[in-house]
Amino acid sequence: MIVAEQKTLEEIRRMITPYARVLILGCGTCMTVCDAGGEREVSFLHNALRVAQAKSGNGTHTFSEYTLKRQCDPEFLDVLSDQITDVDTVLSLGCGIGVQAIAERYPDLPVLPGVNTSFMGMAKELGVWDERCAACGDCRLEETAGICPITRCTKGILNGPCAGTKDGKCEANKDMDCAWVLIYKRLERLEQLEKMRRYYPMRNFRAIPRPKRLTSRISVDMGEDNEDNG
Amino acid sequence: MKSNSKLEKILEGGHFAITGELGPPASANPEVIRKKAKYLRGNVDAVNVTDGQTAVARMASWAACLLGKEEGLEPTVQMTCRDRNRIALQMDVLGIAALGINNLLCLTGDHQVFGNHPTAKGVYDLDSIQLIKMVKDMRDEKKFQCGDDMDVEPRLFIGAAANPFADPFEFRVVRLANKVAAGADFIQTQIIYNVEKFAQWMEAVRDRGLDRKVKILAGVAPIKSVGAARYMQTKVPGMDVPEAVIERLKGVPKEDVPKEGIRQCVDIINQIREIKGVAGIHLMAIEWEEVVPEIVEQAGLLPRPQVYQA
Repeated sequence: MIVAEQKTLEEIRRMITPYARVLILGCGTCMTVCDAGGEREVSFLHNALRVAQAKSGNGTHTFSEYTLKRQCDPEFLDVLSDQITDVDTVLSLGCGIGVQAIAERYPDLPVLPGVNTSFMGMAKELGVWDERCAACGDCRLEETAGICPITRCTKGILNGPCAGTKDGKCEANKDMDCAWVLIYKRLERLEQLEKMRRYYPMRNFRAIPRPKRLTSRISVDMGEDNEDNG
Repeated sequence: MKSNSKLEKILEGGHFAITGELGPPASANPEVIRKKAKYLRGNVDAVNVTDGQTAVARMASWAACLLGKEEGLEPTVQMTCRDRNRIALQMDVLGIAALGINNLLCLTGDHQVFGNHPTAKGVYDLDSIQLIKMVKDMRDEKKFQCGDDMDVEPRLFIGAAANPFADPFEFRVVRLANKVAAGADFIQTQIIYNVEKFAQWMEAVRDRGLDRKVKILAGVAPIKSVGAARYMQTKVPGMDVPEAVIERLKGVPKEDVPKEGIRQCVDIINQIREIKGVAGIHLMAIEWEEVVPEIVEQAGLLPRPQVYQA
């Protein structure tokens, strides 16, 4: 899932300064799971903004709140039309994709990002998430024992480990495991150490130009085809 | 011969080679290079010029090499993958060969967080092994990485680094073999203080016959102070400084520590020369170049062999 961190209250207050009526918009998917912008965080932020405004004595914002099932999918945005009729801005607690989906749907409405979208990762323990995928579009996990060197090696090198690893840790961050030592140990366990003797060619960055677009390979007619075949 | 390299000729001639190291200044001052060159000329066969070592912005390696060449050095360009993509790397490879520089050491590079621009974007389009292969293909196949042909190839003697002390130990020889397979002609190792562990590594190197496929230069460096030794032991990635090395320096009065450091370095060189399969020494007297003549002389490595260079 996508992992994000809510921006500081100070930064959010600075962003909303020009706008009187602010809709705080949560997202019910990844942002809920990573505690950055779900219904609960929307409500907390709403209160925090009101309290801060009352304390400071300046600012005449009025706030409303709403949480969509998903901000990144147009079909879930339809319900918004009632919410945004009388607001001056949307403070989105969706990831960067959510913010842009709102902006694309409402060309005349300023949209502000309430979170810093950080990475794609998984939960390690309660309240801790680790990055695991760089969405490079060129997956080589088969060759690296299911451990991604693009994401987990700080240099993202394909022929590792480099000479900087010590006691299984990364030269750039002594608290972080060296991805290539992890790969080595797992390949050893899987009796596939011969993979460490291979030359891994350079990455093909052309295969993954930005911005990317993905078209589903499953045809919309497939259901009917299947019926015909059956 | 693969190149017009003096280092290649000395190694192929069966001589015990010695290479030095020169760090370019973090300024545009050419005098720094000229002054350091004085201590190295005639005492070492070739001189590595570092490429933004420890990720600090400094004079470009190729430019400092050219200044060193004017002073009579046989320079080795160090090239890291940290700051340039494959296009820029190939442009520099062509440039340095055209300038008459004959040796190139291919490195992945110290991570940018170590340096004075820790927020910079690290490039790492390639890693060191991919860089070795790319340069070899340029030299031997006259091909750019994309497959395009070139008419005049860069005739470079290709070097790579090896660290017998990094993790996992049993993989380090495999990695050396990978570098040799990619096209490395010579290897310069991490600075050796743990001679015993280095000897173990060399045994594994010989078992695979790698010492016959590539010229291995063992890295050594004199230590100036107990503090410096401790710093290397605890802070420098991939270093193995046994406690005995530090104890020896602590055993003399403070003012004698530099002299003891030099003696220790000479002792290590002598021990390393006894190890079968070592083709030479890479002496890294970084920011202490003035002791190079003394070390080389005390180790009995003078005069240096003369070879014909076109």
